[in-house]
Amino acid sequence: MTVQNPPAVQRSSISRNGLLWTLVRFREAGISVFILILVVAVTLRAPSFLTVDNFEDILLNISILTIVALAQTMVIITHGIDLSVSSMIGLVAMMVAFVLKQNSELPVLFAVVLAMALGTVLGSFNGLIITFGKVPPIIATLGTLSIFRGMVFYYSQGTWINSFELPRTFKLLSKGTPLGLPNMVIIAIIVAVIVYYFLNYTRTGRDIYAVGSNPDAAQFAGIRKQRIVFLVYMISGLLSGLAAVMWVSRFESAQTNTALGFELQTVAASVVGGVSISGGVGTVPGVLLGALLLGIIQNSLTLIRISPFWQLAAQGLLILIAVISDKWILSRVERTRK
Amino acid sequence: MKAQAIPEPKAGALISEHAPHRSFLSKFQRWEWMLVGLILLDIFITTQRSPFFLDARNLSRTSSDFMEIGLMMLPMVFIIITGNIDLSVASNMGMSASLMGLLHNMGVNIWVAALAGLLLGTLGGFLNGYLVARVKLPALVVTLGTYAFFRGIAYGFLGDQAARGYPEAFTYFGQGKVFGSLVPFSVALFIVLAVIFGLVLHRTTFGRYLYSIGNNENATLYSGVPVARIKFIIYTLSGFMAALAGLILAARFGSTRPDIGTGLELAVITAVVLGGVDINGGKGTMLGATLSLFLIGLMRFGMGLLNIQGQVQGIVVGFLLILSILLPGVAGQISSLKNTRIHWQSLLIGLGVLAVFIAFFLFFFWSRALVISGG
Repeated sequence: MTVQNPPAVQRSSISRNGLLWTLVRFREAGISVFILILVVAVTLRAPSFLTVDNFEDILLNISILTIVALAQTMVIITHGIDLSVSSMIGLVAMMVAFVLKQNSELPVLFAVVLAMALGTVLGSFNGLIITFGKVPPIIATLGTLSIFRGMVFYYSQGTWINSFELPRTFKLLSKGTPLGLPNMVIIAIIVAVIVYYFLNYTRTGRDIYAVGSNPDAAQFAGIRKQRIVFLVYMISGLLSGLAAVMWVSRFESAQTNTALGFELQTVAASVVGGVSISGGVGTVPGVLLGALLLGIIQNSLTLIRISPFWQLAAQGLLILIAVISDKWILSRVERTRK
Repeated sequence: MKAQAIPEPKAGALISEHAPHRSFLSKFQRWEWMLVGLILLDIFITTQRSPFFLDARNLSRTSSDFMEIGLMMLPMVFIIITGNIDLSVASNMGMSASLMGLLHNMGVNIWVAALAGLLLGTLGGFLNGYLVARVKLPALVVTLGTYAFFRGIAYGFLGDQAARGYPEAFTYFGQGKVFGSLVPFSVALFIVLAVIFGLVLHRTTFGRYLYSIGNNENATLYSGVPVARIKFIIYTLSGFMAALAGLILAARFGSTRPDIGTGLELAVITAVVLGGVDINGGKGTMLGATLSLFLIGLMRFGMGLLNIQGQVQGIVVGFLLILSILLPGVAGQISSLKNTRIHWQSLLIGLGVLAVFIAFFLFFFWSRALVISGG
């Protein structure tokens, strides 16, 4: 009896929970369902939600978030965290805006490359402290969060760069639509494709997962763990630099509080997208959906006329619900597997 | 037999290799002395530069400036020692203070309003505790969610309004002094609570359990310690203390806006970690955290006297935070380098990195000078 029982139970539970199994096989399915429900619910309340214009608006709003969240994802996969992204964006944005104010005839591409270079330097600083200095990532980036932000204030002496001080071509960098979609959305898509390819089809990309899921095993397998860790923080800086130049171009200004608090949004997008905070788990499509979900929430709360003051609370609540339901689905599946 | 044979030579090798350095490192780990030294150094440097630093009235006023951080720091020490974290404290403080402000605006008695604020804050901590201890979600994720949620509720309560006009009996908690002395009420409250929290941490079974959870949660669980209940308690406590800090901050300002205390969670965590509490849990003392709180407070006050902007002060505090962990680590790294020959390749890489950072700073100052001097 006892020998025969387990298989019987297992078979019945699999067929009973067919939906759950699909949810596990495609971790992204859970959040997709959540997004679909949200879209239907919001469309019923406000039909203007389901229009091309509105979705273009949403995409425009989440493209910066997507770029940085992808970087954050790579860091979190190695069981780290980069809290300093917001300050890196703030500092690079201010420096690039200062340079553009002085030399308005500089080619736009130069500004982009400069921003990415500056971001890379800042990111390598994080990487060095974490790998060579052996400082836990959360401490290191908490420290640089306030160091880089302090540098923004020191750099600008509290002044800011206004829209009229920036060249016109530069302002069009993010919003121009020569290819049908705003440039910024296309850039975000390109970044996503590159990161997807990098994480899934290159050796270094696979090493990132290996370091995150089992650092010791990775070391024994001959992966140079420190190099991989250094690399992800450097990439995080590079993409933050790219995000910074987009930020200045989109909002047409650089202020001392540019991107203040943005680091938590990027972590939220990753985590809602199924990236595990304890490392080793996370996919690019998941993060894209996570960013999309945050964007839809923000957009739809305005459309269904929730007072702007309650929007942040609703966002926080929905993030909590997304994380809890994900955990609930996983534990249900684990129980049926036993 | 085999299992015994393997680890023995390793252990022997470890001791012989690191024994000479251990004395040096363990001295470094007497972190409390290090903090005392830094505080004295800070006092020395600032008094050289400004005559206003060692003024009793100034010191008394400035000490009440960072007591809210201190109140939130006390339970945070507990939480970080168990290897968890609470990012939502500052948002919780905003939520509680905003509820009090809202009720006060509606004409409710201030003490009832304050009590409601305390209750709501405790409830917020209870929610964190439930999600961390019972639902077993990672603390970082949970408190990141409630970080947005609580702050959002604060905005929901007050919107773009501010609450002001608190009665004097209430503002005493933020601005008053203990009978005729120069000691602000909030400082006295903090010291009493710090002693209580310290005793709980270092002299009770509950405190030992906190360390044991931080060192090995599973082993603690299997030895029959109610791990989930303990986590529940410390998160709820953290919520209560955040609410208390929020009320005192509101009393000190004499008004409440929904963005009250934004960003303080990082200041709280900085104070705890700089105080020598291991972010991975299992290590740290209440005295260390308290000393580092005063160090940060005095440093910020001193730099303020020397006309350094508040945000620029963040550079110094940030570096201090990183260096406090980095220095012992690098000291070990360098001492282990002695035995290995330095490869010319790594030397070259090191020089390259240095060159890049120097180039960055040259650019930093050059591009800045153009605009600042040009107006």
